[in-house]
Amino acid sequence: MTTVLNRQSEIGNRQSTMRVGLFVTCIVDQMWSAIGTSTVEVLRRAGCTVEFDERQTCCGQPAFNTGYRSEARRVAERFIELCEDSKAEAIVSPSGSCTAMVHHYIALFPDDEQWRRRARSVAARTFELSWFLVRVLKIDDVGARFSGRVTWHDACHGLRDLNVHSEPRRLIRRVREAEFVEVENADACCGFGGTFSVKYPEISAAILDQKIEAIERSRVDAVVAGDASCLMQIGGRLSRIGSKVQVMHLAELLAAT
Amino acid sequence: MSHLDHPTTETFDANARAALTDMQLRGALRNATSLFGKRRLEASQSLDNWEELRSQARAIKDETLLHLDRYLEEFTANAERAGAQVHWARDAAEANGIVCGLARERSAHLVVKSKSMATEEIHLNAALEAEGIVAIETDLGEYIVQLAGETPSHIIAPAIHKTKGQIAALFTDKLGIAPTEDVAMLTSTARRVLRAKFAAADIGVSGVNFGVAETGTILILENEGNIRLTTSLPKTHIAVMGIEKVVPRFADLEVFLKLLPRSGTGQHLTAYQSLITGTKRHADDEGPDELHLILLDNGRSRMLGHAITRQSLACIRCGACLNACPVYQQIGGHAYGSVYPGPIGAVITPQLFGMAKAAQLPYASSLCGACREVCPVKIDIPELLLHLRAEITEGAEQSRQEAGGSRQGEAAIKRRRLERIAFKLWAAVMIRPWLYERSGRLFRVLQRFVVRGGKIGKVEGLLARVAPPLAAWTTARDLRPIERRTFREQWRDKPVD
Repeated sequence: MTTVLNRQSEIGNRQSTMRVGLFVTCIVDQMWSAIGTSTVEVLRRAGCTVEFDERQTCCGQPAFNTGYRSEARRVAERFIELCEDSKAEAIVSPSGSCTAMVHHYIALFPDDEQWRRRARSVAARTFELSWFLVRVLKIDDVGARFSGRVTWHDACHGLRDLNVHSEPRRLIRRVREAEFVEVENADACCGFGGTFSVKYPEISAAILDQKIEAIERSRVDAVVAGDASCLMQIGGRLSRIGSKVQVMHLAELLAAT
Repeated sequence: MSHLDHPTTETFDANARAALTDMQLRGALRNATSLFGKRRLEASQSLDNWEELRSQARAIKDETLLHLDRYLEEFTANAERAGAQVHWARDAAEANGIVCGLARERSAHLVVKSKSMATEEIHLNAALEAEGIVAIETDLGEYIVQLAGETPSHIIAPAIHKTKGQIAALFTDKLGIAPTEDVAMLTSTARRVLRAKFAAADIGVSGVNFGVAETGTILILENEGNIRLTTSLPKTHIAVMGIEKVVPRFADLEVFLKLLPRSGTGQHLTAYQSLITGTKRHADDEGPDELHLILLDNGRSRMLGHAITRQSLACIRCGACLNACPVYQQIGGHAYGSVYPGPIGAVITPQLFGMAKAAQLPYASSLCGACREVCPVKIDIPELLLHLRAEITEGAEQSRQEAGGSRQGEAAIKRRRLERIAFKLWAAVMIRPWLYERSGRLFRVLQRFVVRGGKIGKVEGLLARVAPPLAAWTTARDLRPIERRTFREQWRDKPVD
């Protein structure tokens, strides 16, 4: 942990242009490309040079979370290798969950000190977007504008694995014309949970409905989160019930002008 | 309990679906779990060193579990020196055998019991009943559950699934009182009935919250005074204690006394704390003539072998993870089909009672981590769930033998085999960027069958059978289709400033 923090302050003190490798995630790449292009836009506005290695695919989380460790390991090894190839000072992802997976990589190599070391050093320079902006670049205003009432949904892995909590709120509060409100139980799970959402769809939907009720009660125009997967879960239900509330990734909100 | 009459761990999915249709249950759960959660948070914030206490508690547990054999021997020696008789039970059958044997020798007809998860775990009441001995639960929640012919659905609040109205109807039906929803009236009725049982009981059976190695003392916490009566009125007191309940020093109790009531009920301290060291010293002292301590293993020592599973034994049974769990909040405890429900139940049930029967439980979690956040002894439950999931996928063939060819077991194995193939394919695709991209394009073509108006709505019929996950997702939610142009395609067109 100290190495991560040291690394962060070391980078943070260099206010100048920074080389950032974008870890876009497979979900964003395939299903929500606007989050990717918005992330690039926001990072550039924050003074970063953005690189994207087209060899990246998935971080391995679906297999890891379902119990298929050797499959997750194969995918993780590729990810580690291509991060090592990158000259970028930081690897930034618009996903708390996928970033957290990279931070969990060492669990995939219980008996292999070599890989554990490599996994640790990749994790030390892999950051979730809001954390990177606020904690590393020390920026909380990226010149965004959005007129409407918005709230933040704390995606579980960002919140509980990476401690992302105040960072997105600080960023949202600086968005011009946006009114930020806290929704009841913002830190409660949306019920997605990866394969959980299709293994136990009824439970997943029941958990989701509590989130939806709280959102509807808050009368917001948009729910903002830091993970495309939660947004697909929440947005998918809002769409099904014909709600006017829209879902937005933080990167999309911050890219809006 | 209507449709949940005999829920088992094997049928978790069906149990959960049934629970979700029970709106009374869900209302009761919602009220109770949010109230407990709020109280826990306030109580934990009343101490400025909460995090430090959690770490201390965990360190004490870790140290104890690393040297459990030594501490158990020390506990046994000191308890016996104080006049207790210590029995070791390898499993439930042995533990029940010891209790029934003691009851037979004393020609006991009536046993009063205080709330104890260990005795629930070994199904002691059924064992006593088979011997013709009546066992009466004296904790109000347990008594309600026993009257209703049910099992507890929460570790510390056994009747959490019941509404006031349901309890009133139950009392009218079983105890013959006039219909009332007045809580004071209901509790005084229970008190009246139970007082008579205490006076007539031959044996009192309790659980144990902590056993202190250096003194041989047991500590039991409660709010109703029924444990005081159970452990002091009958001539014989039998306490059933999981082997993980031991702590090295008396001073260690201070840490746990701050954590357990706050995490469980949100109290700063429970109304009663009974510290029992052996039997009474003088003939005219209060208390039972004999104290029997039963040290129960029942699968626990299996968990000691691995650092990840070992932490399961640090659990102090506060129930905080149940209240915090989004899954438990929706389905309650009975759906788990185990005396230990919720997140901690999902990790200890398969370890105690075998993976073959409980393989669904480690998957009954969104891995949100709320359980880890509230756990007073910092058990990393998500880590444990992931560990068990890996064990399940790696031990598919072994669990097949254990499942013994039941229909549910066979279906589960078939599903798992398909899942394994799917993940092997997935990995083969994900390590080849070109194949990943081609696959994406293939799905983009295939999805034309289901995309309507820019989204994928409910998928039914033949398509649902071809792609069960797609059907599962779209039952309640629309799905975003794959992008017309993926991020990487856009990047290729316009990569730099």
